[in-house]
Amino acid sequence: MAIETESDLGSEDWDEILEPNAAVFNLRLREVWLYRDLLYLFTYRDIVSFYKQTILGPLWFFIQPIFTTLVYVLVFGKIAKLSSDGIPQILFYMSGVVLWNYFSECFNKTATVFRDNAALFGKVYFPRLLIPLSIVTSNLIRFAIQFGLFLALLVYFVAIGEVTPNAWALLLPLSVFVMATLGLAFGMLFSALTTKYRDLIFLLQFGVQLLMYATPVIYPMSQIPEGISGVLAWNPLAPVFELTRLGFLGSGTVSIVGLIYAATFAVVAFLISTVIFNRVERTFMDSV
Amino acid sequence: MSAAIRFESVSKRYRLGEVGTGTLSHDLHRFVARLLGRPDPFALVGTINDREVADGFGDGSSDDVQSDSAGGETSGNVSGGRRAKRRNDYVWALKDIDFEVPRGEILGIIGRNGAGKSTLLKLLSKITAPTSGRIKTKGRVASLLEVGTGFQPELTGRENIYLNGALLGMRRHEIRSRLDEIIEFSGCAKYIDTPVKRYSSGMTVRLGFAVAAHLDCEILVVDEVLAVGDAEFQNRCIGRMREVSAGGGKTVLFVSHNMGSVRSLCRQGVVLDRGELVTMAPISDAIRDYFERNAGAETGAHWHGTVDPTAAFAVEHVSVVGQGQPSYDATDQSNVISPDEAFQITIRYTVGKPLPPMRVGFQILSGEGPVVVEAYDSDAPDCRGPRLPGRYCSTCTIPGHLLSPGWYYLTLNAGIPHVENLFNQAGVVKFRIHESELDRAQRTRRSGVLQPCFQWETKPS
Repeated sequence: MAIETESDLGSEDWDEILEPNAAVFNLRLREVWLYRDLLYLFTYRDIVSFYKQTILGPLWFFIQPIFTTLVYVLVFGKIAKLSSDGIPQILFYMSGVVLWNYFSECFNKTATVFRDNAALFGKVYFPRLLIPLSIVTSNLIRFAIQFGLFLALLVYFVAIGEVTPNAWALLLPLSVFVMATLGLAFGMLFSALTTKYRDLIFLLQFGVQLLMYATPVIYPMSQIPEGISGVLAWNPLAPVFELTRLGFLGSGTVSIVGLIYAATFAVVAFLISTVIFNRVERTFMDSV
Repeated sequence: MSAAIRFESVSKRYRLGEVGTGTLSHDLHRFVARLLGRPDPFALVGTINDREVADGFGDGSSDDVQSDSAGGETSGNVSGGRRAKRRNDYVWALKDIDFEVPRGEILGIIGRNGAGKSTLLKLLSKITAPTSGRIKTKGRVASLLEVGTGFQPELTGRENIYLNGALLGMRRHEIRSRLDEIIEFSGCAKYIDTPVKRYSSGMTVRLGFAVAAHLDCEILVVDEVLAVGDAEFQNRCIGRMREVSAGGGKTVLFVSHNMGSVRSLCRQGVVLDRGELVTMAPISDAIRDYFERNAGAETGAHWHGTVDPTAAFAVEHVSVVGQGQPSYDATDQSNVISPDEAFQITIRYTVGKPLPPMRVGFQILSGEGPVVVEAYDSDAPDCRGPRLPGRYCSTCTIPGHLLSPGWYYLTLNAGIPHVENLFNQAGVVKFRIHESELDRAQRTRRSGVLQPCFQWETKPS
């Protein structure tokens, strides 16, 4: 009788077969597309819940970059007297802070996805990739607001003739894309690994901080000595920061090769970490 | 009728205890083994030790081990589990499960805590992947393992309907087309634009179930979620599930400890015991089998629970003792109570953290099936306040001349009404009311579940 059922089985068309090991290189992006409404709702939820619990509300979007910029101007600009490539210091540091905020928020939030959402993941299935994606999109809105602040400041400095933006500024979407993709990729890689090896969380905490110093946030690439700049060029974030500064502030070290490298690095890293993320996601509930 | 779900020798293995140090070395071992073309060294360990547990420690132990890893469930006899835990790191929560559910079926899944019910639903809901075997499904699966999953307190009821629906796999336009129906079913129309954080917990549950009940799916998986609602709401949910199965041809898998609702809803039942499927039969046979399997395993009048001081709620001991002379029937190893004597049901338990007003109680089920009575400690007026941590002992005295002779099973229940089900286990104690002297003398057997001693007056007239 068992054999009979086996033969019936061939003729039946099952919609879904759950198996221990899914195909490794299936990114399951089609499924993400089916759940696209959820992406919108998660983003909406993140933004609403961000300011609903606070007194100052959306003002917090501005307070953080303004104060960070002021402190950087004071410490790195006035005290350490680091060069800002001839750009007004406040613009120089603010561009760095706003861009870096976006990347590090995407990275940090994505890296703890499994830990932060364990309760939700344990009760309902949806493509887990949606949570990292919603982090990136809700941070994008935050980034847009903060970048608006930067632009407002820029308009003033352009009006008094201190800086002149140029056509490179049109490549801003590329910068944002590379930062978002890298933030996602690193974040997902970390979140996948921390479900099993908890000690990586400590690495994350100071790792992101150290990474900032390896990225031209508080200094321009042009000031880096020959030997070190060769090493720093491997950082795929470096071209992104330089590109934005060159476009909006008129000074930066950008090469086409560097940009292609950064974009390729981001996409490849994203694909690899998605594969790892999807693999871990299938059984992570057993190890939390 | 064609099958909607098929489990093909599905197994699920859990790793026990804290997953911390050691996992890296295990992974390296595994990796080396794979390179050398040897089988996974840890798969072997799990299988062997599991058999040892089942043989060596007797009833209950392997299943405690499982529930430790599955988390959340209160397990039974724990000493065996602790012993076993030290010896093996892996355990099979489900082992070689094979069954098929035809389309339109309402299948009840019953078993003790830790028998593997929740694991089975988790596999089917894609929350975790099976260790081996395959699960095939036809049609969209929607699972309701918890009511109101992902509710965001800051958002309004309406926004949460969309969020919750999307989490369960619905598109926005599908939700929009059913929005009115959902709101009406939930009975929260007046507050639908109020943030959910201002809802009472009962309303949150209603809203959550309303969304799930209107899902457009072919297979609906429902875990112990109805336990939180009140009776009226439970009936409404059960009615709704029956409706979607009969009218919409949906397949429903239903897990509950409440044998009453399982019986009234399901046609077929599956009994799981320690990760294995032991029975698949029409629901009344399955329930009888479940009671025989479990209540029979306990030693009559006493039941020992876990002693876990960190749990919010843990039952230590339950007893059913007659107030008259203790009588123990050695032939069937059960506690026999005389029909005219009062008896006491005593529940000893620990509350590990401050709890809002809660209740602890029981249902008495007759061996034939129906629930005879249900009672809670909060029936007493002085027991309705918040509960501080500590050890408690609740005793209920059931008067004599109440139950008719026969077998009874005790279902234990503790919870915060409308909010949380802290403990629910059927068949913890089995006891017997024996025949009254009069009936024995007259050799008669009366029908009816109750056998009170009414006042009669008969005189010549």
